Amino acid sequence: MKFFFFHLMPYAALDPDYDQKYNSAWVTLPNSYYDPKIGHELYNRYLDELEYADTVGFDGICVNEHHSNAYGMMPIPGVMAGALARRTKNCKIAVLGRALPLLNNPLTVAEEFAMLDTITGGRLIAGFVRGIGAEYHAWGANPAESHDRFHEAHDLIIQGWTRPGPFAFEGKYYHFNYVNVWPRPYQQPHPPVWIPSQGSRETIEWAAHPDRKYTYLQTFSPVQALARYMQMYRETADRYGWQAGPENVGWAIPTYCAETDEIAKREAKAHIEFFFNKLLRMPQEMLLPPGYLSLASMQGVMAAKRTLSGGVQTIDDLMEKAIFLCGSPATLREKLEQYQAQIGFGYLLPTMQFGTLPHELVKKSTDLFANEVIPHFRGKADKQPARVSA
Amino acid sequence: MPHQESFVTVAGCKTRLMRGGSGEPLLFLHGARGASAWLPFWETLSKRFEVIVPEHPGFGGSDMPDWLDNTSDLAYFYLDFIDALKLTKVNLAGVSLGGWIAAEIAVRDDSTLKTMTLIAPAGIHVKGVAKGDIFMWSREEMTHNLFHDPAFASAALAIPPSEAEQFNEMKNRLATAKLGWQPRLYNPDLYKWLHRVQVPTLIVFGDDDKVIPPAYGPAFQKLIPGSQLEIIKDCGHAPQIEKAQELAQTMTSFIEARR
Repeated sequence: MKFFFFHLMPYAALDPDYDQKYNSAWVTLPNSYYDPKIGHELYNRYLDELEYADTVGFDGICVNEHHSNAYGMMPIPGVMAGALARRTKNCKIAVLGRALPLLNNPLTVAEEFAMLDTITGGRLIAGFVRGIGAEYHAWGANPAESHDRFHEAHDLIIQGWTRPGPFAFEGKYYHFNYVNVWPRPYQQPHPPVWIPSQGSRETIEWAAHPDRKYTYLQTFSPVQALARYMQMYRETADRYGWQAGPENVGWAIPTYCAETDEIAKREAKAHIEFFFNKLLRMPQEMLLPPGYLSLASMQGVMAAKRTLSGGVQTIDDLMEKAIFLCGSPATLREKLEQYQAQIGFGYLLPTMQFGTLPHELVKKSTDLFANEVIPHFRGKADKQPARVSA
Repeated sequence: MPHQESFVTVAGCKTRLMRGGSGEPLLFLHGARGASAWLPFWETLSKRFEVIVPEHPGFGGSDMPDWLDNTSDLAYFYLDFIDALKLTKVNLAGVSLGGWIAAEIAVRDDSTLKTMTLIAPAGIHVKGVAKGDIFMWSREEMTHNLFHDPAFASAALAIPPSEAEQFNEMKNRLATAKLGWQPRLYNPDLYKWLHRVQVPTLIVFGDDDKVIPPAYGPAFQKLIPGSQLEIIKDCGHAPQIEKAQELAQTMTSFIEARR
């Protein structure tokens, strides 16, 4: 199993009482809630935490993209990746944006990623996402075009990286006479592509297509849902006639490690509850604008989503559903070993900072995880769950 | 005669429509919420007109055709629809999104039209006058913001929708987003060509419209030569429900004055 330190860079100084006046930390929450001086401190602290992860043995670090919100302060993740490109030396850098349908010109991403890949000598992992529903409200991008634009922008970027330029691109949304990406990516034919999603059948079917075989990442979902979606990926691959391995699936999950289970829970409680109850708070209309999901999958995911953004959740709820990993190194080793064997993921993306978790605790948890959890999995082959159909 | 439901295929799209009454044709184009059930308003009009209420391609019982991208597509679709049904001297009416489509039809070709009624129409943008954010509102907020009199909202919300109705609502929201998410419920080019409209046009707004503020009424009137503006008192964005009798009467008088 490979370990990627995932940061969301929340605005941790958010007034927790904001929700007495506003129904979400996204889109409509006035940016007067944000203090630039505190932002300066937080950005630099968070970058330190990512850089630190490189020095203690994580395989990679991840940055992320969201707009107009207090949940994550990386609207332009390439800025963060650029800052990290030169300060880190070993780890992969995964940019788990970019939200392609929000872009007027997806070639900006082809360029940006190629630059990062070149500076780092091939340490970039290219994430392509559709963004969450709130992004379509914030950016004015039409959610009814989300899937089509995503596919077309993806095709344009991959062609820009792999076809000799200049060539003409004639799409429905994007038209160019001269696609000619300078620089070309360092990794050939192109950087690995990861597809983070919260579990849409369309996305899984698309990522598992034999033309792509992209690594699918399940983000912030209960472990049961995780198992279901990864099974779906494997079955899709089977149907296409190829066998998906651990390298094709990953799990992103907030994680906290402390000396004992009891200490871990006590220290994490306020911060993880802030994360789920304050930062992730948004009404259904914001989360799932029309067209973001197909009509067919809309109803199912709406039901599953209620566990994520509906109602106040306690640390016990979150731990029970394993939407939050929390405990001593021994507990985390045991749980991860068990989940890995059951579900077969080859990447774990622990979000080691979440909500209001302060730097000292992030560092303590990161150290324990790096020293006592990660080494346990080194040199061990990832397990694959038994195949239902041969 | 009670109204009839049927399907017609136009431009490759299987389209559901309701028709009732007899007399001059009155083609009514529904708003973002679709037209699944026959309204008392249409029943009233059907005493005097042959009322034809299609569901737009992409909405409710009609198919979502591959060609549907914007209201321009729907304008040409309805020109085909008028031809296919061999309608002449059409009294065209539309509410909200339907009013926008009606205006798009009229700037292209109003030769088959006798009159046009735009009820709380979308389609243009007035700088500095904010429209309601229909995509951010919950079902409850949306229903309340549609009406002036909260009793209408309470009545509408009293009966929870069936699963089929919920699916229809989702389908209608999707089609509305497709047509009007960005730019939000208008065509930036439409205002430039509304001077082409020669058909006698009536514009109706409720004085308490929280979706498209009544300030849009005078803006439309200025753009359509010779058009007439009626503001209905104590009325929100759905005069066809909240002030059905008054609206039917206003429309009928307007149409009858132009025989």
